[in-house]
Amino acid sequence: MKLIYERAGESARMLEPLDVPALRPADGMARKTELKLPRVAESEMSRHYAKLGRAAFGVCDGFYPLGSCTMKYNPKVNEAMAALPGFTDAHPTQDAPGCAHALALAKEYLTEITGMDDMTFEPCAGAHGEFTSMLMVRAYHLSRGDHGRTKIIVPDSAHGTNPASAAMAGFEVVPVASTADGRVDVEALRALVGDDTAALMLTNPNTLGLFDENILEITRIVREAGGVNYYDGANLNAVMGVARPGDMGFDLVHLNLHKTFSTPHGGGGPGSGAVGCKAFLAPFLPGSGDERSIGRVQAFGGNFLVVVKALCYLLALGREGVPAAAEAAVLNANYLKKRLSEKYACAAPGVCMHEFVLDLTRLRQETGVSAMDIAKGAIDCGMHPPTMYFPLIVHEALMFEPTETETRETLDQAADAYLKLFDLAYTDPEALHNAPTTGSISRPDEVAAARSPRLRYEHTA
Amino acid sequence: MNIPENLKYTRSHEWLQLLDDGAARMGITDFAQGEMGVLVFIDLPQEGDEAVKGEGLCEAESVKAVSEIYSPVNGSVRRVNRALEDAPESVNDAPYDAWMVELENVTGAEDLMDAAAYREFLKSEGHE
Repeated sequence: MKLIYERAGESARMLEPLDVPALRPADGMARKTELKLPRVAESEMSRHYAKLGRAAFGVCDGFYPLGSCTMKYNPKVNEAMAALPGFTDAHPTQDAPGCAHALALAKEYLTEITGMDDMTFEPCAGAHGEFTSMLMVRAYHLSRGDHGRTKIIVPDSAHGTNPASAAMAGFEVVPVASTADGRVDVEALRALVGDDTAALMLTNPNTLGLFDENILEITRIVREAGGVNYYDGANLNAVMGVARPGDMGFDLVHLNLHKTFSTPHGGGGPGSGAVGCKAFLAPFLPGSGDERSIGRVQAFGGNFLVVVKALCYLLALGREGVPAAAEAAVLNANYLKKRLSEKYACAAPGVCMHEFVLDLTRLRQETGVSAMDIAKGAIDCGMHPPTMYFPLIVHEALMFEPTETETRETLDQAADAYLKLFDLAYTDPEALHNAPTTGSISRPDEVAAARSPRLRYEHTA
Repeated sequence: MNIPENLKYTRSHEWLQLLDDGAARMGITDFAQGEMGVLVFIDLPQEGDEAVKGEGLCEAESVKAVSEIYSPVNGSVRRVNRALEDAPESVNDAPYDAWMVELENVTGAEDLMDAAAYREFLKSEGHE
């Protein structure tokens, strides 16, 4: 596909001639060389972006079960509400009681759902929320003169952002093993905690889609060792309105409003990684007004309009709708899991929460067809592939999260397609090695993309 | 699966080659490179660094994930195969030629597996 710079050519000028005096920069301030902007006709520009749009695949194009990403449908009413001029025209430094009220309402509902006492909307996305939380953990321990708490405990099934956020905040990351059934090894955790434990970072349900039944004991072990319990809210969709992180013993939570609360994501956001906490951590929140605050992590309260969309979603669902959505997400995941288990092996047996992981190790041994090949085959079936090769504790992993917004008909079509792909692996593995054949591109060279990415257009002449 | 007879192996899929002067070279096994997929970056230690058995010594990034590579023994880093930094994919092409680190003052090699034991270990883990 041509870049916009490569779409040269100008059509008839449609702009009126300048009828005000041209402003010239002061002497010496003007740039010496011409600014290299793309010069294309409006018609060409329009086609360029329409083509880009067709090359992309979103939740409005088809089934998008990307595990751990909660790609639920984003109701259009959210967009309409966030586009109200009262919200879009407000200046961040202006006294805008309506905007303040929207933020206060969102905080009230989300602290209730998480069982927290206070919340900030400053962080721009999930990993930013994790990082903010880790800075708060650090500030909390230091404020008590406790300088020895240098370690963050993270399960080996965690999202990769957890250890990264902890390391960025200056902590040492200590992994804790999972048991054979995919849950935190409680005895291993007990042996790990001590005077140097700053916090535990945990997702519950975890990345295998399992709710950790030992959660109260896990958080008690960390609390009694003097550590903070941090809840990665990536998987809250399975339990929102049903079980509260605050009641599980967590002190600190980040939420992905752009996942769980139906605001758009993928392709660059913007997102919102709200951070909620128990009262004893509230002074450390960004913008708390307390001298112990970690300070701002983003200007002007974060991505405000994303919060408005999430609030709209909460108001639409209400007290009954929020848990009903979580229950439907769990039901959909189990329905799809049950249908796929007819042929595929699952990483964890039994009932799952909102997502589940297939283990294609045997399929690959018997046919040479990998999880990657099946995922690529799904593209030819008109679907977005599931998450591949995550969590890392499963070798040939495909991770499905259908969310509550898919119909039974869609789930059945997806299941039929995946069962056919399974059979195809045995009858014509070569076809899957060559998939996809219907996408806008086939298989990009991932090695070249990782090793020598071309991120800039080089102007010739 | 290629498992040379003259090497020692760990349960985390590193190989160790004992050299005549008491030093040793290490890398990752054919099985490990196959699981990781094509390597795109490799992070190697510095000469003189201490290596502790079972702790991270190198880091390798493939198209799938970043993986820690553990030291099979205790020792100190004598030489590092810097050529891998420009051509990490050579680990995929020839995992037993693409040594990563050469260690001296090596201890703790006694309990590593030989080729037969490593082959059994892979089988017991469900990998033929």
